[in-house]
Amino acid sequence: MPRIYSLAALIAVWAIAAALAQSRLLPGPLAVGTEMLADIRSGELPFQMSCTLGRVIGSFAIAMVLGIVAGYAMGRSKAVDRYADPWLIVLINMPALVTIIFAYVWIGLNEAAAILAVAVNKLPNVIAVMREGARALDPELDEMAEAFKFSGLSRIRHVVIPQLAPYLAASSRSGLSIVWKIVLVVELIGRPNGVGFVLGSAFSLFDMAKILSYAISFIVLMLVIESLLVQPLERRAIRWRRRPA
Amino acid sequence: MNDAQSAGDAAPLELRIDAKTFLSADGTPVEVVRGLELRLEAGSFGALIGPSGCGKTTILKIAAGLDLDFRGQLRRPGSGRLGIVFQEPRLLPWRTVKDNIRLALPAREAAVDLTDLVEILGLGSHLARYPSELSMGLARRAAIARAFAARPDFLLLDEPFVSLDEAVAARLRDELVALTTRTKVTTLFVTHDLAEAVQLADRLFFLSDRPARIIAEKSLPPPRGRRSRDLVASISDEMRVLVSQATTDAGRG
Repeated sequence: MPRIYSLAALIAVWAIAAALAQSRLLPGPLAVGTEMLADIRSGELPFQMSCTLGRVIGSFAIAMVLGIVAGYAMGRSKAVDRYADPWLIVLINMPALVTIIFAYVWIGLNEAAAILAVAVNKLPNVIAVMREGARALDPELDEMAEAFKFSGLSRIRHVVIPQLAPYLAASSRSGLSIVWKIVLVVELIGRPNGVGFVLGSAFSLFDMAKILSYAISFIVLMLVIESLLVQPLERRAIRWRRRPA
Repeated sequence: MNDAQSAGDAAPLELRIDAKTFLSADGTPVEVVRGLELRLEAGSFGALIGPSGCGKTTILKIAAGLDLDFRGQLRRPGSGRLGIVFQEPRLLPWRTVKDNIRLALPAREAAVDLTDLVEILGLGSHLARYPSELSMGLARRAAIARAFAARPDFLLLDEPFVSLDEAVAARLRDELVALTTRTKVTTLFVTHDLAEAVQLADRLFFLSDRPARIIAEKSLPPPRGRRSRDLVASISDEMRVLVSQATTDAGRG
């Protein structure tokens, strides 16, 4: 309930500010809502959103898979960590825009370059989190699995993944939000569709209602993904913890 | 490799550790075991008794084949099916008691019937619970069930009854005797409690301080597990004399 009041208050503040400003540059909730409905009816908004969502999913998946493998290897082996750590530092401090420009220049203005650029931007963060997770793995449970001759697969499934679950949840949480923000930049610079492209053209026309309606739609979509997918998975992963009495 | 081929089911446990050293945190080597030789007949129950910190757990890990970094030789009894009960239960907190026990089974025996084992250990009504919902006594029972589930021919226990109240520990000792007698598994049990060792074992091995070696050995007459309190007390007294004699001898030699 408090969440709903809080959101309602935010919309109310917005409505009052818009009413006071009476400017084309700050449309009120009603104007944005009408714009949104019109774009949904015309199919424009669903199409642009699905373009963006596809890129988000693609680059998120690539970054997570590579990041988990690399982070796990670095957390488990001191030697790997020593060699790979400088690369990680370079990657972490590389500005997102530089990666995007390089990807477009070297690979071309295409889908592969866009998705790869976003994945590379997200990757170092996943690696750093998963490395922490792998370092925190309990050596006593490893020993137990060794003594009882667990197979490799059952070790990963029953010993490693449950211990990494909180780290997986943390990196996919922060991952989703970073990825979709960078996807918009990639689209703004070099794609002919997607929410980022629409925002770019709306910017050149000073069409604030369009910008707000797309931004809000995307926030809503991300909230839905978070509460229908990420949170239930997280709850499932921690169901073994003793509930507070 | 340190573990040689085992010759059939009747092979004894033979462990020889010439030297085992650890690197301490500041990089200096610490010798934990030196010149230890141990032989345990197939199907018998041996107890390793020694002061805290003398390297009992290290010896157990080497016997389990979990630590290959030592000079010496290990010949494990039977076909190498190992059951182990660690000092802490080491259950997977995110799996139920039942899954914890089942996961220790080899893949081709995944469907084996565990009802008897679970009943003997009184775990029947706790199979669906998670380890965090169990008392220490129950968690230790689950760990024992896991060790027996795969029907091991070599069983190792590392002080499995510490930090339990005496009544629970006594019941668990009886259950352990029942299970080891029934399965005739070669067992090596580590403890610092002489009375416990005398009550459970066929053969006692007394360890010295660091670097650990065996300073005295003693076979006890059967039947194990059913020795009366008086008998346990009198054997324990006898052992104390033997061990203090051996310790002075070792000090002189």
